[in-house]
Amino acid sequence: MSNTLMENPIAAQSAWPAWFTAEQATALAEYEKSPTPTRKNEPWRFANLKPLDLSAFVEAKPVASEGRLINASAGLAETSAKLVLGNNTLLHRESSLPEGVIFETLETAATKHTDLFKKYFMSQPVELGSLKYAALHKARLTGGAFLFVPANTSVELPIEIFQWVEGANASVFPHTLIVCGENSSVTVVDYFKSADKLPAFACGVNDLHLAAGAKLTYVSVQDWSHETTAFHLNSTSVDRNATCTALIANFGGGFVRGESLSRLIGEGSRSEMFSINPVEGTREIDQRTLQDHVAPHATSDLLYLNALDDKSRTIFAGLIKVEPGAKGTDAYQKVKNLILSDDADPNSMPGLEILNDEVRCSHGATNGPVSDEELFYMQARGIKRDAGRRLIVNGFFNSLLERIENENLRTHLEQLLAKRLAIA
Amino acid sequence: MSLKIENLHANIGDREILKGLNLEMPKGEVHAIMGKNGSGKSTLAKVMAGHPDYEVSAGQVLLDGLNLFEMEEPDQRARTGLFVAFQYPMEVPGVTIANFIRAALQARLPEGEELDAVDYYHHLYEKMDLLKIDRKFTSRAVNEGFSGGEKKRCEILQMAMLNPVYAVLDETDSGLDIDALRIVSEGVNAMRSPERGLLVITHYQRLLDYIVPDVVHVMVDGRIVMSGDKTLAHKLEAEGYDWVEKELLQKA
Ligand SMILES: Nc1ncnc2c1ncn2[C@@H]1O[C@H](COP(=O)(O)OP(=O)(O)OP(=O)(O)O)[C@@H](O)[C@H]1O
Ligand SMILES: [Mg+2]
Repeated sequence: MSNTLMENPIAAQSAWPAWFTAEQATALAEYEKSPTPTRKNEPWRFANLKPLDLSAFVEAKPVASEGRLINASAGLAETSAKLVLGNNTLLHRESSLPEGVIFETLETAATKHTDLFKKYFMSQPVELGSLKYAALHKARLTGGAFLFVPANTSVELPIEIFQWVEGANASVFPHTLIVCGENSSVTVVDYFKSADKLPAFACGVNDLHLAAGAKLTYVSVQDWSHETTAFHLNSTSVDRNATCTALIANFGGGFVRGESLSRLIGEGSRSEMFSINPVEGTREIDQRTLQDHVAPHATSDLLYLNALDDKSRTIFAGLIKVEPGAKGTDAYQKVKNLILSDDADPNSMPGLEILNDEVRCSHGATNGPVSDEELFYMQARGIKRDAGRRLIVNGFFNSLLERIENENLRTHLEQLLAKRLAIA
Repeated sequence: MSLKIENLHANIGDREILKGLNLEMPKGEVHAIMGKNGSGKSTLAKVMAGHPDYEVSAGQVLLDGLNLFEMEEPDQRARTGLFVAFQYPMEVPGVTIANFIRAALQARLPEGEELDAVDYYHHLYEKMDLLKIDRKFTSRAVNEGFSGGEKKRCEILQMAMLNPVYAVLDETDSGLDIDALRIVSEGVNAMRSPERGLLVITHYQRLLDYIVPDVVHVMVDGRIVMSGDKTLAHKLEAEGYDWVEKELLQKA
């Protein structure tokens, strides 16, 4: 492991309280002593371990093109707040949020809202294999976004967060922590972007906490350069009658390891876990998920869509776990692979572990090619084969975007997708 | 200027379905093809469109002198001016009608030129109104969950938008209710022009009352065996195909 990545010039001058820096030292020791995963570890079955060699990466410097990045941090036409971070530091912040809503950098939250921060910061178990990288994340963390929506508060317009990486082999440690109070509601779009087409390393964590009756829509638009190695460790905790809809769009990254844990801790809670993954070239997306039903009468609905072209590779390993007390569970898990090339390599490992009898669960994985009949029909109308394929891929993913309720957000995502697939 | 089919032989696997088919339709005319189930009418339409299941073993199809079979990809043939309204239109889940037709029009523009979205919708709605298709259909996936008649209407909508030079309409009338038959026929008639040729495949004289053909061809076992004016359709409607086959046997 390179020392350059471990040195931390930004942290030295950061605004973190001393107790946190002390915790970081412990995390670093943990990172260093935990072994690098092997495929013998269940959560790393089939995984490509080459990207775990991080020796090429270095500490990120302060961003050089601050103005350009702020300008390029444009998403929805109407938002209620925006936070732009570049190479782990705050570049820009704007907000017209209702009173009581806290939307700050993580280090500010640690200082000013210490109790909240301590209660929720990385408080979820890391169960999907990346304990080591969670420790690395904590050790190297210098910035991030913190959102707290108090009880009974609705934030009408979406909030946007932009987290940039700039520079060759730069390392970033994005962090988003969202805490939704009882019966609150909010929509957050989290963009992960590269300033340049250069290799980089991102090791991010995002944790979503929903108190009773809260409603959160969280969208991650991961658009790192195709040369980037990225870890994204996500967790969601949903309390009584709360509903979380989380969509992860992996548009970028050369190697992406995503881990998503959703814990249904309150009766009647609901967690929707969606992901769309267009992959081509030699890109690789490795996703591991756990739907952990702790409370009774909760619903989880996972739908992951992969479209694989060229020599790309995907891994999906998902587990639905129904704990003994979780009677009346409704849990669904489905991964669909649209195969665009004979050399593509989809791997699907859906799984169930049910410790209560009164449940409804289904899980499954399908692989399908683009239908020749569909392609012929499009060509018969003059659409070129390649454009037809892209339209079909676009349609495949759009069928999932339809599940996003907010119309402006859905349209925006449709546009981002069309742009990503190079459709006019 | 014409659509000219010469000695066309086509097979699927090792079964020959088109067995030396000849037909010429001058531009500006409307021709009808009638023939029994399984005689090869849809095969002809699909072979012309370039369906990959069929192999052409001999013959050619000339579109104003351009050899269709020299264009390998079906999309080239379509952009050259051929349109086939299919008997069983395929479903394209996830792709809306609006995006589908738009992509088809975009494909006809020179590289780098963008379709004007406002003009496009204006034009699309105009054609939809003409064919009495609800505007809500624009956001539905192509043919997915459409009724039989809705699919046929959608084919004609596509034809109207794409403005082909030659169109083959394969049983566009089947599945249409009486009102729809009239509406769709009016839509087709609106496209009759000296600049276009329409080849209409049908089983029923009724359609030809609306879309009156210049020539009626009879297809038997992969060939055109008889051609005549519109009265031929009346005779077929009244008497069926037996007499055609008898006449053929006598000639042989
Ligand atoms: N894909 C295929 N595989 C096997 N046989 C086929 C295929 N397509 C067509 N055929 C056969 O070729 C023959 C001609 O079929 P075609 O669909 O062209 O007939 P048609 O004249 O259009 O009939 P209809 O009036 O019923 O629509 C039929 O015997 C049919 O079974
Ligand atoms: Mg037919």
